[in-house]
Amino acid sequence: MTFLAPVARRWYALPGLLRFTLRRLAAGLLLVLGITLVSFVLTQLVPGDPVTANLGERAAADPAVVEAWRRQNGLDLPLPQQYLNYLGNLLQGDLGTSQQSHRPVTQDLGQFMSATFELALAAIAVALVLGVGLGVMAAMRRDRLADQIIRVVSLTGVSVPTFWLSLVAMYVFYAQLGISPGSGRLNPGTTPPPDVTGLYTVDAVLSGQWTVLGEAAAHLWLPALVLAIFTIGSLTRFTRASVLEVVGNDYVRAGRAKGLAPSYVTFGYILRPALVSVITVAGLAFGNLLGGAVLVEAVFSWPGLGAYAYRGALTLDLPAIMGVSLVVAVVYVVVNFVVDLLYAVVDPRIRLG
Amino acid sequence: MSGNPESVNPKSVSSEPVNPKSVNPEVVRSQTPAPPAAGPGIRDAGPRGAATGTVGPGTVRPRAAARTARRLDREDASAMRSPWLRPLSVVGLAILALFLFLAVAAPLVAPYDPIAQDSMKLLPPSAEHWFGTDQIGRDVFSRVIYGARLSLPVALLLVAVACAVGTLLGAIAGYFGGWAEGLIMRSADLVFAFPGIILAMAVVAALGPDLVNAVLAVVIVSWPAYSRVVRGMILSMREENYVHASRLLGASSLRTLWVDVRPGVVGPIVVLAALDVGNAVLTLSGLSFLGLGARPPVAEWGSMVASGAQYFDKWWLGVFPGLAILLVVLAANFLGDTVRDVLDPRSARRGRA
Repeated sequence: MTFLAPVARRWYALPGLLRFTLRRLAAGLLLVLGITLVSFVLTQLVPGDPVTANLGERAAADPAVVEAWRRQNGLDLPLPQQYLNYLGNLLQGDLGTSQQSHRPVTQDLGQFMSATFELALAAIAVALVLGVGLGVMAAMRRDRLADQIIRVVSLTGVSVPTFWLSLVAMYVFYAQLGISPGSGRLNPGTTPPPDVTGLYTVDAVLSGQWTVLGEAAAHLWLPALVLAIFTIGSLTRFTRASVLEVVGNDYVRAGRAKGLAPSYVTFGYILRPALVSVITVAGLAFGNLLGGAVLVEAVFSWPGLGAYAYRGALTLDLPAIMGVSLVVAVVYVVVNFVVDLLYAVVDPRIRLG
Repeated sequence: MSGNPESVNPKSVSSEPVNPKSVNPEVVRSQTPAPPAAGPGIRDAGPRGAATGTVGPGTVRPRAAARTARRLDREDASAMRSPWLRPLSVVGLAILALFLFLAVAAPLVAPYDPIAQDSMKLLPPSAEHWFGTDQIGRDVFSRVIYGARLSLPVALLLVAVACAVGTLLGAIAGYFGGWAEGLIMRSADLVFAFPGIILAMAVVAALGPDLVNAVLAVVIVSWPAYSRVVRGMILSMREENYVHASRLLGASSLRTLWVDVRPGVVGPIVVLAALDVGNAVLTLSGLSFLGLGARPPVAEWGSMVASGAQYFDKWWLGVFPGLAILLVVLAANFLGDTVRDVLDPRSARRGRA
């Protein structure tokens, strides 16, 4: 192992942040590899012989035909070999063919992804503002009326079944009050703005189509709010706990004792360290949002990955479901990687770990 | 509870050993029952003793002192009151008791057979059908009641299994280390790489839509949280002197785990499990909503909401079963918080969020 010593020396000569980044990057890549393994294993689990499903009863009765078909599709190879083939297909962007749309799953995913991102980004923005705000307020007024109310509200937020809330929101705001324009991303008949980012609101701004912007925003706010509810609840609870943990520290007391303005103590001494750890939770919350999107999009007919997965679930379109879960998991890993980096930039203690 | 591997755990960063001086005294009083000698009796003995005339009457104001003493007594009483008697806990207990009663006494309480199609279709709520009837003429009220029979036991069983499996694997990983630890913890990392409902959806889709498979999927998604906690605690406990002592006395691994390690692990695990019940109900009903859980004609709340989504203008189809889910999850979360306050005072002090 002596030949490794210079490598190790070089490694430790790198700046801490870079070392941290590389280490996390390697872990992330391994995780993505693991995710593909999970999805491969799941496709292997499917009950029922793929031969019968694909060839039909008559052909499946003829052993020669079956044998030929299995060889042609690589099903006679040992499992590790099959996994490598599967991986090779993935790298070439081949996720199989969707049974509902009869198109390559990759193509479907590309088409639906941006809608989900627009929804999830809007939801996480709402959740961060409201969740952190409410959490700080609850902590600052600890055990008083505001705190009690916020506690009940946040507990309710994490207890509401998202799919049901979507339905109720649709019924109240669309069917009864008429405030929301209903399902979809735009009114039927409106041409989407020229595709730059895939987010209709942003694209509309970029191309200066203000009426389209209004329409896209009108369609966006309700599903985004519904999707955000769970995250608002969990962020509020976490922020409150995080702030309360900082409030008891000696340096906060010292700050007060030397006569700093209360607002200065609050923002500079308490909130700064407390909110840093909220960053990490926001990354995890984003994953929850992508999961919740399946349920919300199904009700709002939001043409995203979630609605695609929902239709896939109803028709047992396995390639579609596997494609969505693969993409979502990879996005989740990437988001958490970025969040960890952000965290390490903000809080130097992390890099040493 | 979910996190990705090696991501920075916010709690581990900021949970330095609690400095006794930094602890808010008000909080300490609410957590530690006052020792009997220093109880309320002593506190008002001072002023009252003084009021008997040993000191000049001008220096002590007996009435004010007594008032203060009474106020302090009251605060002590409210702080020492069992967490089970807090309003949220009582509400949670009441709701859960109600649903347990409904589940047990369903045939007595429900006015109709939950799967008999003997009424008019899609009747709005009325005196005969409190929650209306569904698309094939079944009584929604009876179906909601019978739904409790399914959801409650299944959720409890599911959490118990996930808890048992996760704890066992976590104990193996933490205590024996080596390749077993690597295998178990990397599997846990993989599960955490997916948002819960996405992985559960993929698993059920692969195994075939069915209630048993849905339960299995939720177990697969929820065991890693327990393993992580148990492993972490055992890693730190393994180096404790009392564990070393027990080993030196010749205790076997199993005996050490059971006699010396178990008591320290049980509390946090019960807290985790209690907080997990609500999530289990939500994920399971979410899967049923997607058509991947209970099969018709079984009365299940999630799939009832799904039929409400199909008959959008018949609000009673979806609203009532969804309310049942909300109430049960809310009660479970209220009680989960209570269990945490009782068993894990440290996190309670950090903030009963």
